[in-house]
Amino acid sequence: MTRLTPIIVLLFFASVPWWLTDQYLLHTLITTGIFILAAMSLNLLLGYTGQLSLGHVAFFGIGAYTSALTALGFDVELFGLFRVVHEPWPPVLGLLFGTLVAALCGFVIGKLSFRVRGAYFVIVTISFAEVTRLVSLNWVELTQGPLALPGIPPLTIGFPGLGYMTLWEKTENYYVVLAFIVLAYILIKRLVNSRFGRAMIALKGNESLATSVGIDVTRYLVIAAIVSAGMAGCAGALYAHYIQIIDPMIFMFLNTVTMVIMVITGGKGTLAGPLVGGLIFGLAPVVLRSYVGPEIQWILYGLLMIVVVFVLPQGIVPAIEQWFNRTKAEPLREPSVAGKGERA
Amino acid sequence: MNAPVAATAALERPVALSIEHVAVHFGGLVAISDLHFTVGEGELVSLIGPNGAGKTTAFNVITGFLRPTKGKVVYRGTPLTGLKPHEVTKLGLVRTFQRTSVFDSCTVFENVLMGLHRRVHIGLVATILALPSSTRAEAELREQAWDILRLVGIEHRASELGGSLPYGEQRLLGVALALATNPSALLLDEPVSGMNPTETGNFVRLLAKIRERGTTILLVEHDMPMVMGISDRVVVLNNGRLIAEGPPSVVQNDPEVIRAYLGQGAKSA
Repeated sequence: MTRLTPIIVLLFFASVPWWLTDQYLLHTLITTGIFILAAMSLNLLLGYTGQLSLGHVAFFGIGAYTSALTALGFDVELFGLFRVVHEPWPPVLGLLFGTLVAALCGFVIGKLSFRVRGAYFVIVTISFAEVTRLVSLNWVELTQGPLALPGIPPLTIGFPGLGYMTLWEKTENYYVVLAFIVLAYILIKRLVNSRFGRAMIALKGNESLATSVGIDVTRYLVIAAIVSAGMAGCAGALYAHYIQIIDPMIFMFLNTVTMVIMVITGGKGTLAGPLVGGLIFGLAPVVLRSYVGPEIQWILYGLLMIVVVFVLPQGIVPAIEQWFNRTKAEPLREPSVAGKGERA
Repeated sequence: MNAPVAATAALERPVALSIEHVAVHFGGLVAISDLHFTVGEGELVSLIGPNGAGKTTAFNVITGFLRPTKGKVVYRGTPLTGLKPHEVTKLGLVRTFQRTSVFDSCTVFENVLMGLHRRVHIGLVATILALPSSTRAEAELREQAWDILRLVGIEHRASELGGSLPYGEQRLLGVALALATNPSALLLDEPVSGMNPTETGNFVRLLAKIRERGTTILLVEHDMPMVMGISDRVVVLNNGRLIAEGPPSVVQNDPEVIRAYLGQGAKSA
């Protein structure tokens, strides 16, 4: 893949609102984009450190609820002792707090569960997601439970002196989501190509060797969990302000599964994997819906996933890379400092 | 128990690493019953013994992978009891592994970069923002990685995957990884096993280069000509206890050692 590929892809997606007239499709692109953001965060944990978080939707949902409640304000009684009253704040602060609170949860979950890894981490994350779902369902005073939190204000962005813009239109939301994906992509790229990323890849590859060269495995797993959870929380916050209504259904296990499918089919441990997998499996239901009935649609979705996993077990992106390298028949590269250690 | 040969008296170097009456039990199995020896600064000591004598267990105890049941290990005045492997590495005591141990799916160059983990500290925020300080530090790391590859002599393999290297070069890469941490003491677990004589010869020259830097070396090895040729002192383990200790010439002729290696019958033969 050339250096230009990401820029060409970005230009293409930046041009979409100019020629796409179907507002529903644009809406699907926005929600898919938000899920891609969450899948990218999951990829940091699953693809680079090898830890599977099956409760990733918890961080997404926490980000959504935190941001929504920051923007809407709340008035709750704690333990029947004292009241906590919060006046509505600007949605941008909600986005910030949603990210921070989710990152904090990532820190706690990481600290708690990375002493025993692998299957235990999977179980802890599933349980955590279920607990957060139950809290959102039952703490009616705060979350209104199954009645949902309606009327979440859309994001207002801008700088003092430059003016402000409230994101009422789909096109505006589309560009904001696109910008967040670009930011997340750059962040993850820099992270995995640094000593942080190398430590993560090292502990996934050979843990005892990693510790013996002085890598504090737990520390880097926790760092990955914090960044990953924060990013998922940010995606959740974007979702809340775009959809403008959230309910406990946001914590559905299906949402985690969707993220995992996006990462695995696209290619875990690659930068572009969640983008490719996310686009395919985010848009597939909508595209299929216009041709076949709802029952057939999900059967085809499942078949598509099975075919991808069977034919390309490493994922779509690694397969394309291999094919690209083979057809190009790259000559033996003279070892040069530049370009070493880059992970496409 | 035969008293260990009193070779410690010949030791003029300050003590770098001391293993003090270490015992390791796995349930009822005694892997090491009582191990007591020291390694001086800059010294090359070989730990030998038949298979199952407890050599690798000793390595695991020294580097924090195992906790001793009794006794303690002290490196440069710091007791290592309870330290995790990465904390032992921080003190400058670094090991290689018996079986080839490299990051298979990363390039040789990336492998060494991973080994350089502790050399340069770049903050998380500086990394994400790609501050000039982090870019500079990263460039410096790459420079150091080349130096280490050249020292070990596998720079022509830099862009190949660690797992695709021939066996001998994988072992060299394992040593490169350990060297990347800038160790003051290096523990090598059977570094030349599976190497041909030429490769072994090259490895001995590499060891000499490493020693020139003042690095202390503790070696576990079965290649006796090599061990006897390069060691300052040899420590012999059998059945989890120390049976001899001293310069190669003394240990080679120790009857207890000969019996351990050749078996009981050799004495009467």
